[in-house]
Amino acid sequence: MNKGWALGLKGLAIAAALSMAGGTLAQDATPAAISAAPAVAPVAPPTPADVAAAATAASASVAETAAQHSAVQNDAIMGYTRTAPTDRIGQPVPKGINLQEQFTPIGREAKALTENILNPIIGVISIFVLGLMFWVVFRFRSGAVEAPSRTTHNFTIEVVWTLIPALILLFIAFPSFRLLANQYSPPKADLTVKVTGYQWYWGYEYPDYGGISFDSVPLSKEDAAKEGTPYLLEVDNRLVVPAGATVKVLVTAADVLHSFAVPSFWVKMDAVPGKVNETWFKVDRPGVYYGQCSELCGTKHGFMPIAVEVLSPDDFKRWVRMKQAQDGIDPTGPGIALEPTPVSPATAAAAVRAAIAPSTAPQIANTEAPAAPAAAPAA
Amino acid sequence: MATTADTVALKAHDDEHAHDSHAHGLSFFQRWFLSTNHKDIGTLYLIFAIFAGIVGGALSGFMRWELANPGMQVLPWFTEGNIDAAYHLWNVFITAHGVIMVFFMVMPALIGGFGNWFVPIMIGAPDMAFPRMNNISYWLTTTAFILLGASMFVPGPPGFDGAGTGWTVYPPLSTSGHPGPAVDLAIFSLHLAGAASILGAINFITTIFNMRAPGMTMHKMPLFVWSVLVTAFLLLLSLPVLAGAITMLLTDRNFGTTFFDPAGGGDPVLYQHLFWFFGHPEVYIMILPAFGIVSQVISTFARKPVFGYLGMAYAMVAIGFVGFIVWAHHMFTTGLSVNTKMYFTAATMIIAVPTGIKIFSWIATMWGGKMTFETPMLWALGFIFMFTVGGVTGIVLSNGGVDTYMHDTYYVVAHFHYVLSLGAVFGLFAGFYFWFGKMSGKNYNEFLGKVHFWVFFVGVNVLFFPMHFLGQDGMPRRIPDYPEAFAYWNQIASWGYAIMLAGMAVFFVNIIWSLLAGKKAAANPWGEGATTLEWTLSSPPPFHQFETVPDLTKAKSAH
Repeated sequence: MNKGWALGLKGLAIAAALSMAGGTLAQDATPAAISAAPAVAPVAPPTPADVAAAATAASASVAETAAQHSAVQNDAIMGYTRTAPTDRIGQPVPKGINLQEQFTPIGREAKALTENILNPIIGVISIFVLGLMFWVVFRFRSGAVEAPSRTTHNFTIEVVWTLIPALILLFIAFPSFRLLANQYSPPKADLTVKVTGYQWYWGYEYPDYGGISFDSVPLSKEDAAKEGTPYLLEVDNRLVVPAGATVKVLVTAADVLHSFAVPSFWVKMDAVPGKVNETWFKVDRPGVYYGQCSELCGTKHGFMPIAVEVLSPDDFKRWVRMKQAQDGIDPTGPGIALEPTPVSPATAAAAVRAAIAPSTAPQIANTEAPAAPAAAPAA
Repeated sequence: MATTADTVALKAHDDEHAHDSHAHGLSFFQRWFLSTNHKDIGTLYLIFAIFAGIVGGALSGFMRWELANPGMQVLPWFTEGNIDAAYHLWNVFITAHGVIMVFFMVMPALIGGFGNWFVPIMIGAPDMAFPRMNNISYWLTTTAFILLGASMFVPGPPGFDGAGTGWTVYPPLSTSGHPGPAVDLAIFSLHLAGAASILGAINFITTIFNMRAPGMTMHKMPLFVWSVLVTAFLLLLSLPVLAGAITMLLTDRNFGTTFFDPAGGGDPVLYQHLFWFFGHPEVYIMILPAFGIVSQVISTFARKPVFGYLGMAYAMVAIGFVGFIVWAHHMFTTGLSVNTKMYFTAATMIIAVPTGIKIFSWIATMWGGKMTFETPMLWALGFIFMFTVGGVTGIVLSNGGVDTYMHDTYYVVAHFHYVLSLGAVFGLFAGFYFWFGKMSGKNYNEFLGKVHFWVFFVGVNVLFFPMHFLGQDGMPRRIPDYPEAFAYWNQIASWGYAIMLAGMAVFFVNIIWSLLAGKKAAANPWGEGATTLEWTLSSPPPFHQFETVPDLTKAKSAH
């Protein structure tokens, strides 16, 4: 699934490599491109035409684009390949009229409630009222009636149309309350990610793994087109989580209100400054899932999408190692989960405790980038 | 209708005052700027609401035009190609569209316009209890509108003009996010509009409690009067909370308080609680008078008294009461606790019961009637069905767990436009055609009225129904550009706007044609079904009606 898409990414990675080489000539950059390519697209080594095209592009205006993608390029070298999104999954469907396909237990429960109970009921009610109106309009049109009735009361019917709606509501209330209860009863978390809304991008942090952190900025239209990913949904650095793990999401904001939303997970949680909201999801299927900021947050409210990439546990482990290397985090340091995924809750809790307690504060090697906020006292 | 006036006796009464149909001795300025006459003030409100509706409707036209295709095509025209400024302008437009339609179109038309015109007449009173306060209410409303308009042209967020906060004005976007004075002007605008409405509410409550004609007991009052009475209480109890909330915003913005700023111990979510404690009753404030109008119209054209009058009246009271205890269903994603969400889910669902009573009672009113389908009746029938559709999607949204997905998507936009743009506005047009002859003295054109209805009906459904699909597909609201996948239904919705616009063109042609060339309206053009007191007066009514208070003690109660 990912291979074909990786072909598209290859040119991008090459261009990025070229820009990293600074003002070097295209031919100097070629070895770099070739060395990068196998990691990106192992099954399809670049043809000379690809390289030439990449070189031409790099010598032109792509430099800026490529710089923006240096992270992508680095990732490629580290053995991580961005997963390609799947059409109609984890994103809106063109001409779609239905709820997005769901990939979490809560999402499946809620979608079933909506589509099997709520929508049929409201459909029947609407058609019933419409049908009744048509009948009344036809039957009691002035041409069909001698004289209007003077009836203004019927105790029985009034009780009936009070009680039946009440019973319907009661019928809805049970599965509805069960859904709410389930939403608020997550399994023990395997890992925690902290999501921070900024004007107008998202920041992600992984306190379990020594405080990996990065920003997530939307791709420009050109970059999204080049990568073959949906414009206004795709970002440079996705939120990456392991498949099958219960992910606890702590949501907050740094400036104004935002809202972290991933429709195909049935997740939406407001990001409120000064407050940490908690939500969770558990996704079994590796893939890419998109959402958009869902609380008006100013000028570029429509331009801070959310992209969640679910990797297999092994791939996720590799990704964590790569990010730790990039952030200069010693993966063997105290307080850092050694087995990134899925870690046992006890380990995660211990990691958090260790990170918080000053006596056992982690001495993270080479902490150029501030790691977990909790590590600050140690510095 | 509920109340059957003693028509014969009142005819004579009316003729006695026929000479008094003009405002003797008042200059144009005195009559229209210093007006204390409830009918003149009602007319002013209606003209103002039509003007504001044109502005608010034009804004939504630009919004639909922009959304017709992915990418930014339209708004950059206003910003000399500056794309960020265009994004901000979008936010200014959605804010202004919301505030204008709520505070300067629906409320002034239904409450200020029809309420002022017909509440005193329907209860047999010569005028409102506080005529000068009535005048102040009107001019505060217009001043509020001017302030809102001005806010669009002064700095808001750094580098841009206007308040792009949404009509909800949530902090911190409305505080630290908008350092310029645009939000201050918007807040002042809401303050004045709110003060105007509070004064109006006091006026209506006093009038209805104290100025009913002899025999016009509470349980004989026409349902439109009941609806305005309940609305007035909602206004009186909810607007002070809004005033408090936006005053706290104002001091947060200008005087260093931190009610909503966590850096000083405040909480942005507190604002949302305060706002929606006002905001949810506010949506009933917009729909209840439409309920009242629809009851009058259905009863008139079915030639039958309203079925279950007391149930209808107290269903409105119940809706008004429950409306105050459901506010946090607007905040299901703000991080409420599970118990809170369960409570607000249950409380919200309960509203469906009195609402269902109203829908079924309207149908039962028609049942056994002898119906004709003049333009006001078409709008009332359209109201019933459209409000049902908007109501049942409200059931979906009331489920806190389901709302996780739906919140802030186009599903919500579809829902509240079905209950407001197709509910309140259909009620508004039903009232407008129902009473146009009474107010202007000229008959509207029946053919154009029907064309208006059908074109508008098709247009708004093409406009708003696809928004359910967009919402289910996950499209967030309040975005000026969208992923390609949303293009199809957005374009269809935009065509719906164009159809709706054509319907509105027919409406304006009808008004102009009717005022210039319409036939003189009879006192009661609707026949035996029209039993409320306004039909006992000439069209238009005399400048001062009921100088001798009508005695209704002998009038039969129809229920």
